[in-house]
Amino acid sequence: MFNQDIVKPENLVYKRTDVLTDNVMHYCPGCGHGTTHRIIAEVIEEMGIQDKAICVAPVGCSVLAYNYFEVDSLGAAHGRAPALATAIQRLNPDHHVFTYQGDGDLAAIGTAETIHACNRGENIVIIFINNGIYGMTGGQMAPTTLIGMKTATTPYGRNVELNGYPLQITELLAQLPGTYFVTRQSVHTAAAVRKTKKAVRQAFENQKNKKGTSFVEVVSNCNSGWKMPAPKANEWMVENMFAKYPIGDIKVDGELVQK
Amino acid sequence: MTEEIIIAGFGGQGVLSMGKILAYSGAMQDKEVSWMPSYGPEMRGGTANVSVIISDERISSPIISQFDTAIILNQQSLDKFESSVKPGGVLLYDPNGITNPPKRTDINIYKVAATEKAAELGLAKVFNMIVLGGFLKVKPVVTEEFIEKGLMKSLPERHHGMIPENLKAVQTGKELVQAVHTL
Amino acid sequence: MAKELKLMKGNEAIAEAAIRSGCDGYFGYPITPQSEVMEHLMAEKPWEKTGMVVLQAESETSSINMVYGGAGVGKKVMTSSSSPGISLMQEGLTYLAGAELPAIVVNVVRGGPGLGTIQPSQADYFQATKGGGHGDYQLFVLAPATVQEMYDFVFLGWEIAFKYRNPVMILSDGAIGQVMEKLYVGDYVPRWTEEELRKNAPWASFGKPADRKHHIITSLELDSAKQEQHNHKLQAKYREMEEKEVRFEAINCDDADYIFVAYGSSARIAEKAMQLGKEKGYKIGILRLITLFPFPKKKIAELSTKVKGMLAVEMSAGQMVEDVRLAAEFRCPVEHFGRYGGIIHTPQEVLEGLEEKIIKRK
Repeated sequence: MFNQDIVKPENLVYKRTDVLTDNVMHYCPGCGHGTTHRIIAEVIEEMGIQDKAICVAPVGCSVLAYNYFEVDSLGAAHGRAPALATAIQRLNPDHHVFTYQGDGDLAAIGTAETIHACNRGENIVIIFINNGIYGMTGGQMAPTTLIGMKTATTPYGRNVELNGYPLQITELLAQLPGTYFVTRQSVHTAAAVRKTKKAVRQAFENQKNKKGTSFVEVVSNCNSGWKMPAPKANEWMVENMFAKYPIGDIKVDGELVQK
Repeated sequence: MTEEIIIAGFGGQGVLSMGKILAYSGAMQDKEVSWMPSYGPEMRGGTANVSVIISDERISSPIISQFDTAIILNQQSLDKFESSVKPGGVLLYDPNGITNPPKRTDINIYKVAATEKAAELGLAKVFNMIVLGGFLKVKPVVTEEFIEKGLMKSLPERHHGMIPENLKAVQTGKELVQAVHTL
Repeated sequence: MAKELKLMKGNEAIAEAAIRSGCDGYFGYPITPQSEVMEHLMAEKPWEKTGMVVLQAESETSSINMVYGGAGVGKKVMTSSSSPGISLMQEGLTYLAGAELPAIVVNVVRGGPGLGTIQPSQADYFQATKGGGHGDYQLFVLAPATVQEMYDFVFLGWEIAFKYRNPVMILSDGAIGQVMEKLYVGDYVPRWTEEELRKNAPWASFGKPADRKHHIITSLELDSAKQEQHNHKLQAKYREMEEKEVRFEAINCDDADYIFVAYGSSARIAEKAMQLGKEKGYKIGILRLITLFPFPKKKIAELSTKVKGMLAVEMSAGQMVEDVRLAAEFRCPVEHFGRYGGIIHTPQEVLEGLEEKIIKRK
């Protein structure tokens, strides 16, 4: 078999989706953003909804997410993505509006927007990347930073007296009647990627069926922020992050599946 | 013709709606009108007042501090607005609950015992229209025909059955009003 | 167009205009003295009549960002609030301006600073015309003085907002919001169809068709050279507005000795003061500003060569007066008069202000 035969469409076994642009991603090697982007883009392609998909990008590491998705996009002010998505979805009920937000954006500065969009049961998809740190601004404490975890603003480790507790916002949102599907996944292994893709697909299918808010948390590493090599960061994530943020579905078809 | 009016009393006495009916009637009679209420927490059961202007010309300021006519329905409002009537103007009040009647001698003063009459006739709901009748007798700024049109326009359709009762109250007020002091 | 007479509050006129001008969405949060805007919308149920979306948000911060979202996908969207709420919206306003998004934001101004009072004020002039949020940007600012203008300026606002891809602020106050006056309303202008939206807002992120690359609505540009270029473009747009869109009403200005410069409620109070002044033999004119940005610099410069003095009448400690002075360039005395903190000056006070500060000067 020659090269030109291999690239023939009928012989392709893997192809990068056209719902991603050709722009080179700026994410650190080993970071979960790139993989999560690809999962979303593949789901959009597979569902044939590129012309109806609208991405609302946050402020944080994924502030430039709109450069990578080949879908019409908007960049929101810090924390406000669910407010934008609310309006866009209500004004275009048959579109597929999704937000892509980090832990600072979604669970600190945008807490009100997040909770109220979920509580109204807005028919949107929220993808939430939780890596327990502010990556873009240089590794400061996030609302999801673990107790004892060192960051630029908790140089001696997160201290409950000073900083309060890690915020399990996903469990909190699952309590709201407006959320239809709430799950926590990861993208550090091939198996995890497959599960996450299934969850993202489920979220967009729910949206197609106008079920209310679907919320997919992806626990990710921030190897540069955590100051670890990527493989070590994933090990640390499994051992520490998953202990606080356990992987699995929390609410399915509007029913809590975890206590 | 420009008539600048303040209507003032307790919240719940129908001060704002009386003003609204007057303004609507003026508008129906092809006059320029404005209706400017006091607003905010003071609306909640305390005193309420509204300035209404009816004019043949474009109304400059809807916010006024001197009035051709003050229609006063409680003592606080009398204390507050007696001095704001323009010399030669009109002060019309309901004597119910008034312990210190108006004292000015450079204005025309009338009273309309609307509270008493409304109770007597069982017309408490249209008490404010008795007062309005009193005012229209003194200052016929809009004609009766247009009061009816104003009521039709300002009342929701489900309340149109009450229009005859309202007009009767206006008539009652016209008969009831009494001069206290005229120039 | 058939005109129907109504008697309405200024706030209700805003809501009525929204429905009748083909607005796609209103997003708001209650605050005195403008809550009637959303109350009227909710009572009218425009989603049944025109398909318009009306939503009570969780805060003004959210309302303005809902507006940003709706504007970004090419819809005619608006919000309204009063001073403290508008302060919360400043972030959204600078993003709207930066991303060049059309929208209407109504400020029914009340007295400040802080929680202040709920009574009328004009002390948000600086905030409205000089930015308010961060960065070099301008809102297009319209100042209605009547209930009719509250209504008409919503229609005008859409025109301007989409022509220039810029947020438009309707700067009103508690008095114009609360007063009920005669209002002539026209027929319903239908909301844009999808085809019209694509034609009128071809830049928007309404969903990527197969035949073009994706659209990105953002105010972020990490390359400073490009950001400077973007700023040049914005400034050129603002200069074009100054060239083409200045609006004012000049009343009795031609042979006036004195000019009241005013907008909104104050312009109407000044009109009454002008009549009182006439009785005393003063020749007074009024320059009633309709656009606060763009500011009628040329008209003021022209008048400043002809008159003995100008009094800027505004319910603030003296904000617009600065722009009047800059435009008059010391060719005539320019002074400020105004009550503020929620107190409305009377026509008598305004006339006395003119006598004291201009006529009997020196």
